[in-house]
Amino acid sequence: MNKAAELTEEQRDGGTVIRLSGNLAIACLHDLPARLDAVQGPINAVDVSQVDHIDTIGAWTVHSAAKRLNAPITGANEDAKRLIEAVGTLDEPFSLRPDKVSPLTRVVGQIGDAVISAGTTLMGLLGFFGASLVAAWGLIRHPSRFRVNAVVQRFEVVGVSALGIIGLMSFLIGIVIAQQGSVQLRQFGMEMLTINLVGRLTFRELGVLMTAIMVAGRSGSAFAAQLGTMKLTEEIDAMRTIGVSPMEALVMPRTLAVVVMMPLLGFYASIVAVIGGGFLCAVALDIPPITFVQRLREVVPITDLWVGLIKAPVFGIIIALSGCYQGMQVKANAEEVGLRTTAAVVQAIFLVIVIDAFFAVFFTWVGWN
Amino acid sequence: MQQADERRVDDAIAQDGVAIRVRGLRNSFGDQVVHEKLDLDVRKGEILGVVGGSGTGKSVLMRSIIGLQTPDEGDVCVFGEAMVGRLDDEALAVRKRWGVLFQGGALFSTLTVAENVEVPIREYYPNIGPKLREEIAAYKIRMTGLPAEAGPKYPAELSGGMRKRAGLARALALDPDLLFLDEPTAGLDPIGAAAFDDQTRKLQQTLGLTVFLITHDLDTLYSICDRVAVLADKKVIAVGTIEELLALDHPWIQEYFNGPRGRAATAAVEREKNKVASASPEGRQ
Repeated sequence: MNKAAELTEEQRDGGTVIRLSGNLAIACLHDLPARLDAVQGPINAVDVSQVDHIDTIGAWTVHSAAKRLNAPITGANEDAKRLIEAVGTLDEPFSLRPDKVSPLTRVVGQIGDAVISAGTTLMGLLGFFGASLVAAWGLIRHPSRFRVNAVVQRFEVVGVSALGIIGLMSFLIGIVIAQQGSVQLRQFGMEMLTINLVGRLTFRELGVLMTAIMVAGRSGSAFAAQLGTMKLTEEIDAMRTIGVSPMEALVMPRTLAVVVMMPLLGFYASIVAVIGGGFLCAVALDIPPITFVQRLREVVPITDLWVGLIKAPVFGIIIALSGCYQGMQVKANAEEVGLRTTAAVVQAIFLVIVIDAFFAVFFTWVGWN
Repeated sequence: MQQADERRVDDAIAQDGVAIRVRGLRNSFGDQVVHEKLDLDVRKGEILGVVGGSGTGKSVLMRSIIGLQTPDEGDVCVFGEAMVGRLDDEALAVRKRWGVLFQGGALFSTLTVAENVEVPIREYYPNIGPKLREEIAAYKIRMTGLPAEAGPKYPAELSGGMRKRAGLARALALDPDLLFLDEPTAGLDPIGAAAFDDQTRKLQQTLGLTVFLITHDLDTLYSICDRVAVLADKKVIAVGTIEELLALDHPWIQEYFNGPRGRAATAAVEREKNKVASASPEGRQ
């Protein structure tokens, strides 16, 4: 049964006959198709009388060889005849690959596509922002439609569950800033300025920025994946037909949760980072915690805290909206969920940093430096 | 233990002519027992329809046989090879001999239809060159009744019925001896469903397939199944031709085949028969 397929060429009646033998099933073909391809005509016949077993792939191989060599197939038993006839009726010209395009056209086309997609993404995000404002206005006018449970549940997922990782990250960042800062400042004999560095940097910038990056990675990606999967399984379409607006039921709770949680998490991150810095000062620089706190109160103006807290909800809106927007854009397949999730995180972090730069200029301009 | 040994001896004696042998299968999810002491034989070369109410574990039975679900107890033999507890990359000789069509087609969404069909060939037989592989994919696609233009399309661009045909083409890629179909005609329009049934029958006859067919479609049962297995009360309560099943006095079976839809399907089959009977004498004149 499992005899490998064999090919022999024989001289018979003044011409060449290809004789196939053994098992012509896919598992036993081995290099037979290649050897058949190598046969050059003229051939009188393809003899399959010695074939024990044949499947459609074997039948196809025989059929296409016979067709190429323009030779009849002889000696086929009933099974073989049936299969060879069956595949013969299926032999039509085909194209399995999309048409090829020249590299130049392709490159130009890709650049054009990239520009168009960047433009549409930006417009789409803006439109989505508008739609979410409309939805928010709707909720303000009809507060009974507000989904308290959904929002509270998101509070937990976005905020409370993130406390551990954000705390650990901030503590380490605080230590790193204090340590690196003290090494440089020691050269001027001004190690005390480490406290200024830690205090001002974390409250103004790093606390909120690192939190935004972490939230974008944790929650923005989750939003995109959740909504994308719901889009694929037509849950969102089902929701629409029941008369529930996905903007209200899905996007609003998530956005609100992130907007509320970002300032809280940002503040928490700043405090923990300062504690990290204080810890290093106490251990490595012999600055007692009491001095650290006293000095902190003198050098960090309260406006630094406001700067951080004002930026946080704006970052939250960006993260939530780009996550939800990318999720809602999923259309065709599972791979797109992954791509959109990545896009959501990259876009959120990029936009957060861009907006952060604007904020830096703005706050300097209003004199909060 | 002794019972189990005896069962194995039985299996060895009666192995001929049986493609799938399930003995003493038990499946449960938490507290919910889906199968209990379930026995089933699928003979070589037959189309076995599997019916049962929703939630009686038809798909779970199929998943147990093809090894996607590890049963709590019981033996599953496919072509005489025990399949329970085998890893994904074991028992490859058996895996090469079956093709599975999942309910939604389960096509790989990032590959074109043609590439989907090529996957099993590429995976198991790297010795087959790209040209032959494409030719094979092309005729398999046409074999299932899809137009040739469907080859370069992605699954998302196909309709539900075309997706099922493409899934069937992938299931047939390696010329399997055994074909599992999970509700192949669900969600198809009656014309499409009838065409799919026809196609299945034709393929089964041309290729000598054994088909394990889960279905709710009474027309499919009447028109192409050699035997029907009824799943109820956590086991296979009866296997046989529809006439044999109708002779049984089980409330669910009676309800199923004698309900309004069952009667309609019976009537349709009768009409077909009469038409053939009345047409043939005229043909001879």
